[in-house]
Amino acid sequence: MRSTAANPDAAEGITPRVTPAQGLQQSATLAWRTIVQIRHNPWELGDYSFQPILFVVLFTYIFGGAIAGSTGDYLRITLPGIIVMNMFFVTMYVGTGLNTDLTKGVFDRLRSLPIARWAPLAGRIAADLVKHAWSVFLLLGVGYLMGFRVETSVLELLAMVGLVLIFALAFSWISVLVGVLARDPEHVQLFGFTVLFPVTFVSNVFVPTETMPGWLQPVVEANPVTILSDAARGLLVGGPVAEPVAWTLLWAGGIMLVFAPISVLALKRKV
Amino acid sequence: MDHSIWAEGLAKRFGDTRALAGVDLAVPTGSVLGLLGPNGAGKTTAVRVLATLLRPDAGRATVGGFDVLREAHQVRQLIGLTGQYAAVDENLTGTENLLLIGRLLGRSRREARRRAGELLEDFGLSDAADRATKTYSGGIRRRLDLAASLVGRPRILFLDEPTTGLDPRARLELWDIVRGLVRSGSTVLLTTQYLDEADALADNIAVTDHGKVIATGTPDELKARAGAQSLAVRAADLSDLPTVVSVVGELAKTEPEVDREVVTAQVTDPAILPAVVRRLDDAGVVVRTLTLRSASLNEVFLSLTGHPAEEPEDVSGTREGVQA
Repeated sequence: MRSTAANPDAAEGITPRVTPAQGLQQSATLAWRTIVQIRHNPWELGDYSFQPILFVVLFTYIFGGAIAGSTGDYLRITLPGIIVMNMFFVTMYVGTGLNTDLTKGVFDRLRSLPIARWAPLAGRIAADLVKHAWSVFLLLGVGYLMGFRVETSVLELLAMVGLVLIFALAFSWISVLVGVLARDPEHVQLFGFTVLFPVTFVSNVFVPTETMPGWLQPVVEANPVTILSDAARGLLVGGPVAEPVAWTLLWAGGIMLVFAPISVLALKRKV
Repeated sequence: MDHSIWAEGLAKRFGDTRALAGVDLAVPTGSVLGLLGPNGAGKTTAVRVLATLLRPDAGRATVGGFDVLREAHQVRQLIGLTGQYAAVDENLTGTENLLLIGRLLGRSRREARRRAGELLEDFGLSDAADRATKTYSGGIRRRLDLAASLVGRPRILFLDEPTTGLDPRARLELWDIVRGLVRSGSTVLLTTQYLDEADALADNIAVTDHGKVIATGTPDELKARAGAQSLAVRAADLSDLPTVVSVVGELAKTEPEVDREVVTAQVTDPAILPAVVRRLDDAGVVVRTLTLRSASLNEVFLSLTGHPAEEPEDVSGTREGVQA
């Protein structure tokens, strides 16, 4: 057997590498794909629309009076918290989608195309940020109908959205890792329920920390869900902002630093 | 000769399983190579290496003249890949799936839409174009998968078991499509477990077993290598039957079998054919049919590997797609 006689240089229109601009364009196309999927899978939209609305409505009207004296006062505590909690659940879609692509062979097809190696992940995470933004504004809208008011400024409101998105971006890497390691998409969802539910509940999203047993309070205080909820409250209805925001950014940076390399490595080993 | 796909000494190991144990391949431009072998023979692993999806432990390969490791991006611009699983996004419609690929290949929105419409039409998918692909039947999904691999008009196409799991009709439809592609000048590497598929589609066949290519050649060459061919003669007049039996028996040096009017005998030397014709002609026998049939590829596979091709699983018990 002899090597091919074809002259590589003669091949027309063959480029040696992907430019960053092309990579961004490809990521945008893949993000589009993730968003369009929702049309054919409306249940997914329900997961990050009706589910959080249900939480807000149920908790506010059933526990609100008992916990905060009135539903209006309770909303001030819990709506920012539910926005944060919901962010954790929505982030699992990065892992579910990635796992589906891996198990169905779509990921192989994408990798066989002349596109930037980072575009499939970037597209997925970018699409996820759109879903997050949708959820946040939906919850704010529902909250508004129930009597919740942003008591700060538009700037602080936008800062809150930005902070939630930054944290989502960091937490996406954990979702990527789960998506790579899980056997099938159902197991990614299972992780969401068995790990995220307790983690998000052991926080001050629904109930003030002071009412909990002493041994639990330090755990709740250290939980990034609590810290991010405090930051969101501060930015939406007033209160301490600097400290919880700083801690949130530290947590986000830490998660990103640890999990981004691990997840990329795991993905490279898998494919 | 100009080879669109060329590989030398490809090796790949997954744990204790040697998926590839030194594979050499050469596919001339514009031809179809059938990589034939049972499950676990390393076919999928070979395709994944050539399609830049998997790094081999050893060996070299070029596709379209570009090195699959050092010039992977260039290779990806030349190839189309259809995997064992229909790798289409189940939550997109047929049109959206093709649009996605077109846009990723850098086509404009309009151009991508035009190409998608063209392919859907060619593959008889127009009716299903606007339905989510999770509602598709296996055959339709496979056709869409093949269409997806053709969006960029690849010059080199990898088809990994394109008809596995399809019903006979869908299988024949897919064969027609592949034949059409070859006529348009594409180079195709096709893996299959089906001998008739390799026979029907491939110009050359590489028989693989346990990570090695154990024989290569045209379908006819491989059949000839298996040895015996069978000669069948039928006389126009039944009264000539004894003459036919004696002539065939004498030349083939064996006792011919007689099934109603047809006389058959195993022969090893194809040159016997003109001799039979001459002798029967001299004897005044009018021959209605006279055929020299090659051994089937099934017999070939058995004689090369010592086990039948459709043996379900090898000892490692792992599915190629999973280990790869």
